[in-house]
Amino acid sequence: MDEIFDVMIIGAGAAGLTAGIYTSRGKLSTLILNEGAIGGQMVLTNEVANYPGVEKTTGYHIASVMKKQAKDFGCKIKSNIKIDEYHLTEPVKKVKLADGREFRAYSVIMAPGGRPRSLNIPGEDKFKGTGISYCATCDGEFFTDKEIVVVGGGNSALEEAVALTNFATKVTIVHQFDHFQAFEHAVEEARNNPRIEFVMESSLTAFRGDQKLEAVTIKNLKTGETYDYPVQGAFIFIGYLPNTESLRGLVDMNSAGEIIVSPSMQTSEEGVFAAGDSIVKRYRQITTAVADGTIAALSAAEHVAGVKKKLQEAVLTPA
Amino acid sequence: MAMLQTGLQEIETAEELKNVINEYENVMVCCGRMGPMCIPVYEAMEELEEERENVKFFTMAFDSPESDIIKGDPACAGFMGLPFTMYYKNGKTAHATSSIQSMDQIKTVLDEKFGK
Ligand SMILES: Cc1cc2nc3c(=O)[nH]c(=O)nc-3n(C[C@H](O)[C@H](O)[C@H](O)COP(=O)(O)OP(=O)(O)OC[C@H]3O[C@@H](n4cnc5c(N)ncnc54)[C@H](O)[C@@H]3O)c2cc1C
Repeated sequence: MDEIFDVMIIGAGAAGLTAGIYTSRGKLSTLILNEGAIGGQMVLTNEVANYPGVEKTTGYHIASVMKKQAKDFGCKIKSNIKIDEYHLTEPVKKVKLADGREFRAYSVIMAPGGRPRSLNIPGEDKFKGTGISYCATCDGEFFTDKEIVVVGGGNSALEEAVALTNFATKVTIVHQFDHFQAFEHAVEEARNNPRIEFVMESSLTAFRGDQKLEAVTIKNLKTGETYDYPVQGAFIFIGYLPNTESLRGLVDMNSAGEIIVSPSMQTSEEGVFAAGDSIVKRYRQITTAVADGTIAALSAAEHVAGVKKKLQEAVLTPA
Repeated sequence: MAMLQTGLQEIETAEELKNVINEYENVMVCCGRMGPMCIPVYEAMEELEEERENVKFFTMAFDSPESDIIKGDPACAGFMGLPFTMYYKNGKTAHATSSIQSMDQIKTVLDEKFGK
């Protein structure tokens, strides 16, 4: 572990890969450490139609091109790793992986993004892949002529519910509030669809079945009444959680676990920057993650130049 | 004709699949599309291909009729999520999973069915 990288980036989603492109193109030695698949949420996106300058394409395509750009500029990327320890307070930052390897850098950019929120109720693990899905485009056809529930009340839930009526005979949207958080046009489209029914102010408490999903237990949050509702499928779209659990106590966060940053993407720890869906912000898109990644990279570059200058001065100044 | 753009070798016919599972002791085949639930599994397999010499890793296109051999495998009865990931030992199905799997979940199956 002799090498000290200029910049170490945690996460290879849109924000992390963009930061990697900028820092490595700026001739800073850069290492990206990524826990899951490279591309992050972009590879969960079948169709991206709002990335400026690119006509309708897949998230996988954008992610592959970003990865290639970063690598071509000399950025090192290690994926499917697990970081066990962070040491961020010293001028030289260090992380230790679960397999014992250690990496050091003068600056760190946190870009761990987010992940789909799960319900964490009995049966959810058991029926994943045999009735429970998180991707309508991927698995919709398995539910042809079946009755299903969609859990959630945001844009994804309502848009995917409408898409699923191309396959399922009946789609019941279960939502915990008496109103939806989605855009009005998405709500209207769902309300006008004869195959969609609504169960409001209710939540799921269990998935039931033997080999396959056969029913969900629904709790009416107003009356407390619970009942089993027969379905063969369930799609869950209840928002995202920031992947910041392992960073708690290392940098300041808000109560939702989102990292607090300055306009230059600086966190509460000197030399540690953050970007993308894991920071406090209102809109989470590829474009905004890319913008954050750019700013974090340029700020990190400035920080690294400062650290190196100080180190040089220390060498030149006689004791 | 190959349909999947991954770094793994794609099996294109049922005949080829039969040959592969008879030729090699331990085989993992991910049968899917270029979609969000499948890509993370291919990526994990690409990484594992470098470290696990005792296992051969392949893909197969879910949309090819040739993959009916996987879709019709009794181990896949009731599967309702892509990809269908198959583990074969000595020519026989040893395990199968439906939908996205994490690196840890895949490693657990590989360790259990094929040894470390
Ligand atoms: C289904 C879906 C559809 C979407 N559609 C669009 C769209 O059409 N247009 C659009 O602009 N946006 C869309 N978005 C939003 C967009 O994809 C995200 O806002 C953006 O990709 C976030 O990028 P990110 O780099 O911040 O995080 P992520 O993409 O979440 O990437 C973070 C990466 O960090 C890794 N990681 C997490 N924790 C650690 C750790 N401790 N150590 C190392 N690595 C770690 C993760 O595995 C992941 O690879 C969509 C999102 C989803 C889920």
